[in-house]
Amino acid sequence: MKFTFKSTVAACALIASSGASWADCGIESGSVRILSNDFEALHAVADAAATCASATVEVTANATEEHKNLQVPALTSNPATYTVAVVASNSILPLLNDDLIRPLDDYVAKWGGQLQENQLIRIDGKIMAIAFMANAQHLFYRKDILEANGIAVPTTYAEMMAAAQKLHDAGVMDTPIASSYMPGWNLAAEFVNSYLSTGNEFFVPGTAELAINNADGLAVLETMKAMTGYMYSDWATYDANSQKPVWEAGEIALAINWGSRAGAFIGDESSAPDIAAQTALAAAPAMSEGGLPSAALWWDGFTIAKNISDEDAEASFRAMMVGVSPEMMAKHADAAVWLIKGYEPTPAAVGVIADVDQGARPYPMVPYMGLLHTALGDNLIEYLQGKESAEQAMADITAAYNAAATEAGYLK
Amino acid sequence: MPHKTFLAFIWPSLLAMILFIAIPIFSVAYQSLFIQHEQVLVTTETCSPFGCKKQVTVDAAEMRRLREEQPMGRYNGLGTYTNSSHLAFDDINEIFRTSQNFGEIRDKIMNLPFYKALIFTLSYTFIVTPLVIVFGFIVAVVVNSLPSLFKGPVIFFSLLPMIVTPLVGALVLYWMIDSRGIIGAALQALFGDPNLSLKASPTLTWVTLFAYGVWHSSPFAFVVFYAGLQTVPADTLESAMVDGANRWERIRFVTLPYLMPLVTFIALMQLMDNFRVFEPIIGFSAAASATSLSYLIYSDLRASDSPLFGSAAATSLLTIIGVIILLMPVLRRNWREFNRKS
Amino acid sequence: MPIPSQRKPLPLAVLSIGFVLIWLVAAAFPFLWTVWGSFKAEGDFFSRADWMNAITGPVTRMQNDGSAFTFDGYHGAWVVKEFWRAALNISIVTFFVVIISLTLGTLGGYALARSGYRYTFWLLIVALVFRAMPHVTLVSGYLLPFFQLNIWGYLPTTIIVLVAINQPFTLWMLHSFFLSIPKDLDESAMVDGCTRFQAFRLAVIPVMWPGVVTTGLFSFLLAYNDFTVTSMLLAQENTTMIPKISSFLGSTQEEGKVMYAVAAVVSAIVPLFVLIMFFQRQIVSGLTAGAVKG
Repeated sequence: MKFTFKSTVAACALIASSGASWADCGIESGSVRILSNDFEALHAVADAAATCASATVEVTANATEEHKNLQVPALTSNPATYTVAVVASNSILPLLNDDLIRPLDDYVAKWGGQLQENQLIRIDGKIMAIAFMANAQHLFYRKDILEANGIAVPTTYAEMMAAAQKLHDAGVMDTPIASSYMPGWNLAAEFVNSYLSTGNEFFVPGTAELAINNADGLAVLETMKAMTGYMYSDWATYDANSQKPVWEAGEIALAINWGSRAGAFIGDESSAPDIAAQTALAAAPAMSEGGLPSAALWWDGFTIAKNISDEDAEASFRAMMVGVSPEMMAKHADAAVWLIKGYEPTPAAVGVIADVDQGARPYPMVPYMGLLHTALGDNLIEYLQGKESAEQAMADITAAYNAAATEAGYLK
Repeated sequence: MPHKTFLAFIWPSLLAMILFIAIPIFSVAYQSLFIQHEQVLVTTETCSPFGCKKQVTVDAAEMRRLREEQPMGRYNGLGTYTNSSHLAFDDINEIFRTSQNFGEIRDKIMNLPFYKALIFTLSYTFIVTPLVIVFGFIVAVVVNSLPSLFKGPVIFFSLLPMIVTPLVGALVLYWMIDSRGIIGAALQALFGDPNLSLKASPTLTWVTLFAYGVWHSSPFAFVVFYAGLQTVPADTLESAMVDGANRWERIRFVTLPYLMPLVTFIALMQLMDNFRVFEPIIGFSAAASATSLSYLIYSDLRASDSPLFGSAAATSLLTIIGVIILLMPVLRRNWREFNRKS
Repeated sequence: MPIPSQRKPLPLAVLSIGFVLIWLVAAAFPFLWTVWGSFKAEGDFFSRADWMNAITGPVTRMQNDGSAFTFDGYHGAWVVKEFWRAALNISIVTFFVVIISLTLGTLGGYALARSGYRYTFWLLIVALVFRAMPHVTLVSGYLLPFFQLNIWGYLPTTIIVLVAINQPFTLWMLHSFFLSIPKDLDESAMVDGCTRFQAFRLAVIPVMWPGVVTTGLFSFLLAYNDFTVTSMLLAQENTTMIPKISSFLGSTQEEGKVMYAVAAVVSAIVPLFVLIMFFQRQIVSGLTAGAVKG
């Protein structure tokens, strides 16, 4: 009783906020309950899906930053509390490992006509998720400053640091570079980006054994440490949020940040419009001349829970088809780099597209990648601060990863 | 009080604690003895928007069968407690075997994640707790002697550091102590060092966290002491005055003994809360220089893409054991008092 | 209690006034700064170019046709992001958490303070050990059973969890306060023929308010400021203030609305002002009552 009440309130709120009319999605009955992260593009998707709500179809959405921690227990219970889990490259893995989501092949065949082949996430031949947007880190640079100092847009880390050195020597800027080096998830993401650029693998193929302790891994560490020399002394506290005020203060000319943040950097609403107008985007620098961009490509997509009735699953898939429809995208073209049919890149998407065009590799979708990410995030900082050697840092990462992977059953 | 009456008074409270704390603690303790089943890995083709690739995946159906047979996973005894992410017995043996001198042993042990976190946790606990008690007491005594007209506003403002949520309190403070923020800039001017940054050096980060801890918790000690001061009987104070006791002696020999149970109480709560220090580390983005036991748990459970429940459970229980050891002296004191009374 | 007949020597008075002033500045300045800043644009309050911008507000002027103050933060938080919903939820949560905590806690704390048996000591110790458990671990353990029982996401569940988690603290605090109330008070009532409960109601309740109010303040703050429990146990439409404020802060995916957060924090403090004024009078008046009888 209470549940229905709660759901109705949420559905009303969704409909009211989207301001859209009721669409005829052709769903007869069922319940659609969406769990997702909390940001604008996903709100747009959920709002569009909510237009399918009718007297017999209820659509509710819970957008929260805790979605990663909620999804496994929520989909484990039977019936699952949510029918749709919106996931990303990394957060789909726990659902796959615990066998909590269902294959979507039949649904795609019947109702997925609008989907493009590259939206289908196939695991072992079965479609397990539908991707609808992409994201990656890339280079942000100040056109005016690079031009004034005769610097070409850097394509490698070496060029980036040479440019920084030049700006420093010319007295233009003391510390021209910024990147998200805060220990934890952010710092690990930077390592993953750069290591992907080397073309090397993180694990011994076919096993969970760590393989980053090699010349490429050490080169990545050295490059990261060299980069800190061109960053403000607080670099160890920088995450994606901290860069924008520094950028707007005109204190940095080269930054590595997320494509999803580009809109705010170049938009009219910036509190420093002059700087925003001179901000340009390019692919992430490579580790070496002619290498791949140092960027992991991420996708966001949706999955359908296993522990629900087929009626709800069908309703959920069809509502989500409306959620990720080209019509939704047309209304919210700025909100993300969409993978949906008919997408025309906006100025803010240039960086991510450049990464993709230059062959950047996807974030590894192996089940133990999350464990490595955590181990990297906790053990890189002491090396970067100069407190220990690169070999010691590698040894620490390996020890932390091995302990975690043993506990999780991936290593003996 | 007869057992029956006692039970009649306490059962609701007891029931709530058993259901929501005791049972979870036992299940967490039990879980920490197990690790997950050996994963059945298969190499299959995985396709994403950025291309297809042969990749390792978990055979989910097979794993489901294994879990149905043995829901808890594989028994591992205290293996999780002693692995290199926790007490690291093997690593410590190795360090003792291979190291030349004490300095090297110390440095290498401090490099182990658990011990690194433990050192910060203990430093924080032992520096912040006494300062909070002393500071809170002084503020309470001084505020208590103010004219009653000012008491209300003074109490309100004194409580602010505790009331403003740590999350946002830290957000604003974090910006204020930035080298371009008002406090950071003021400190630079004060020390005449334009490169001074509280966020850059590990030592200064520790000092900042300690200062925040004292700032945030002192109001707690202040309020408890202030409420306690109201119950100090006026006639005892008066007779002490008649006996010629000066201000300091009255505080030392009348007020303090009277407030001793409250000191014990605040010490207990503060030792415990400070031992679980976590929020300031996140709020001040201080993980580069300071990690605590609670931060390790957070990193295992929440920050991670694939949570490690066993590891977090082990760290949680080690935290509880740490708290018990820490509280021993205070508890012994309490035990003696208790026996004296009964 | 200060004794009015004795005046402070001048140096001591100066010292203590000076101390209070320094403490007040330290305690209140960040807050006053926040209140002031909540009427500015983000580029000013969090200005990197010059912290003086937070006072003069050049970006705010530029964005608001010359006015150095803006209500954008408040409008965004309360109207656009529906902060009122979170405010309503938190009022429900804190109200019930405080009432239930104090009811259970006074009964339990009183029994613990008056029963002379050894097991009370061990009970208190066990409660302390319970309190040592990091909340984040506890909450992770709740998730699966709560989802299975279909009680996840609702306010009552969260209220009960918060009460339970805070019970060790409440018991300890009230137990300490009851110890400082003379035993003769309720025992003489029992000699007069009252049952234990009647003695508690008639003799103890009237003098216990300073302790109860103080404990209530802490229960209130725990519920009001909780992030770990509420962020994990409440669905979006039932969310309370702190998780809501935290959702304004942004993530890798999205630019934060930091000024919404600042405005929301300032709004969240206003009701506390009234509360604390009331609380302060209660302590003092309850005190006098206790002092007369004791």
